[in-house]
Amino acid sequence: MTDISHPTQTLGEIRTGYLALVRQRRLYSFVAIFIFAALMISGFNLAEGRNGGSFWGGIDNFFDYPVEVIAEAAGKLDEMPGHFVNFFPALVETVNIAAVSTLIGALLGILFSLLSTRGMARFPALIPVFRRAMDIMRAVPEIVVALVLIFILGGGPVPAMIAIAIHTTGALGKLFSEVNENASLKPVEGLQSVGANWWQQMLLGVVPQVAPNWLSYALLRFEINIRASAILGFVGAGGLGYELKIAIQWGQGKLDDAVALFLLLFITIIIVDQVSGYMRGKLTHGSAGQQ
Amino acid sequence: MTDIAALQTQATQIFQRKRMIAFGVPVLVLLYLAYVFFAFNMPDLWARASADNARSLVADTYSHKTHVTLDNRSGEVTVAIEGEKKGRYPEGMSPDWVTLGETTVIDLEEGHVVTFGPEQITYDVPDFGLMSFEVSRARGVVADYPVDTLPDWINASKNRVTITTEAGRLTITRNRTEVLRYFTGWELFFFTLDSPYHGLSVAQVMSRAASGEAGAILSDFWNNKMWLHKDVAWAIFETILMAFLGTFGAAIVALPMAFAAARNFAPFVALRFAMRRLFDFFRGVDALIWTIVLTRAFGLGPLTGALAILITDTGTFGKLFSEALENVDEKQIEGIQSTGANAAQKYRFAVIPQIMPVLLSQVLYFLESNTRSATIIGAITGGGIGLLLTQAIITQKDWEEVTYYIVLVVLMVMLMDTFSGWLRNKLIKGQ
Repeated sequence: MTDISHPTQTLGEIRTGYLALVRQRRLYSFVAIFIFAALMISGFNLAEGRNGGSFWGGIDNFFDYPVEVIAEAAGKLDEMPGHFVNFFPALVETVNIAAVSTLIGALLGILFSLLSTRGMARFPALIPVFRRAMDIMRAVPEIVVALVLIFILGGGPVPAMIAIAIHTTGALGKLFSEVNENASLKPVEGLQSVGANWWQQMLLGVVPQVAPNWLSYALLRFEINIRASAILGFVGAGGLGYELKIAIQWGQGKLDDAVALFLLLFITIIIVDQVSGYMRGKLTHGSAGQQ
Repeated sequence: MTDIAALQTQATQIFQRKRMIAFGVPVLVLLYLAYVFFAFNMPDLWARASADNARSLVADTYSHKTHVTLDNRSGEVTVAIEGEKKGRYPEGMSPDWVTLGETTVIDLEEGHVVTFGPEQITYDVPDFGLMSFEVSRARGVVADYPVDTLPDWINASKNRVTITTEAGRLTITRNRTEVLRYFTGWELFFFTLDSPYHGLSVAQVMSRAASGEAGAILSDFWNNKMWLHKDVAWAIFETILMAFLGTFGAAIVALPMAFAAARNFAPFVALRFAMRRLFDFFRGVDALIWTIVLTRAFGLGPLTGALAILITDTGTFGKLFSEALENVDEKQIEGIQSTGANAAQKYRFAVIPQIMPVLLSQVLYFLESNTRSATIIGAITGGGIGLLLTQAIITQKDWEEVTYYIVLVVLMVMLMDTFSGWLRNKLIKGQ
């Protein structure tokens, strides 16, 4: 009972003790910040040393290229609407790649998430297997799968679509299974008691509870996949990225193409972000008004 | 009673609508997939797909081949693993299944024997018979087969003969004759042929290491010319460095900007609006475009990649941080203010402690996902493991190296995931 309190401790002792603690804490924070700053500075120095050009040597030229590109495009402003029409199919292809891969990835992600959630899994013993499979699908960068598939299938949108779909399956599967864990298992048990099979239990017992959240995550993924599909085009998988690469490699004379492509990509990303943001807001906050 | 009738019709309508949705959505999805199936020209895809490429890719990921090459003019025989200069056996040395001499005998096992003689080349295939070939400048490849009609595993023309069996492959042209034999496993992963430790068992190497050769053993492994362990380790480090600098650099830049974009901290509507559009611009332009513009200014390398991540994520963080700032509790700020604190002290003691956990957890989430982005950006800016990976894929033959790099990338991303999760728990929950 002696160590519960120290009634003999004076105010002065408490103060010195407190101040010592504060000083120690400040010292720790200072050391942490110092180490972090040292890491950042030496990291940037190291990265600069291994870079093709230096930071201070290049900072003056930072705007040269954009200025050159915009100057050429400004000179050919009258051709811009024509470029938009020409490159519209490439835009459609990029959006299609993103949409199909999100769709397929979401459907597979639903299956994987149901198979890896405790209480819902069809084969409870295999839950860790499905989880690790999703981890690996998430960890492999899309560009790797796309390049390997380009070697086998040839260039075009399909390798990009498969690559993004695989990654989406892993990413959405994890998010979906987190959503599933919060769903009530009572409807599933009810359906089980009337003899429903696994598919019926999932479709009628789980899906209505979690569908809005799933849809919200899928929309967010669609935003990400639009960007991914543009980047994959750059390595030969078709769409806007591919056209952009050609225009940039060509250089002068085709820079107005590059500007048109850039504007198309930028506008698409903004529109998709805005629309999906609005829809996600409705799904997560405004669900009271829905039937 | 009209109430019930009205309710009934309403309920029927709702049911009808639900039924429409239940059938309509899958039908729409199917229609869309069908449209894409033709828009992407899928029926044609199967015809264009190269089964040979797929087969060689899969075989190469877990096996390697040794080339035994005869120069038909000089009569010189070389043995090289994967046919590469780095994997060539020194003059006069060969693996035990190749017997060098005036007549070189190559034992492909299971009864398959190839000989490189001074006059003629022979290949003995069990249950088929002995084939012999003579090569001359004037007449090309003259062959003698034990049968009249050739089976489909022999591909012969005037100047070229290719025989593919399960034991290996023999190719004869006017200039040279080459035998390939396949082995399971990755070749020379630990030590190359010029290292004294090649071909020793693990126990032997360990005992040599114990007797004071550990440094030499590590150096031979580290400088392996075939697998370039040193360069690969550097590349992985470079990729993580890009992700680290980009993510934390973006967080440092975005924090003050977020204050200017948050409703409760920025007094000027115009400044707030400008900041938000700037964030949208940084995010909307996309890492791809930033990478291109930055490469023009700073050249290829990890710094360019780090800056590309930094700029894109400044936009994302700016948005996320300003949202977090708008949700801070005003009471703590008032409390600090009442003690006579100035603006800097107010931010330091009332605002930062509130948003720090949210900030840190977001930054650490991004650190993990940026490790993956750095791989992709590295492939374009020419830095890190992404560059090695794309180079290995583009040469289209070193698939075992591609497999190795993919395994490393997966491990790296998983490790960063675990590390950032651990740090998040430590910093946010452990306090």
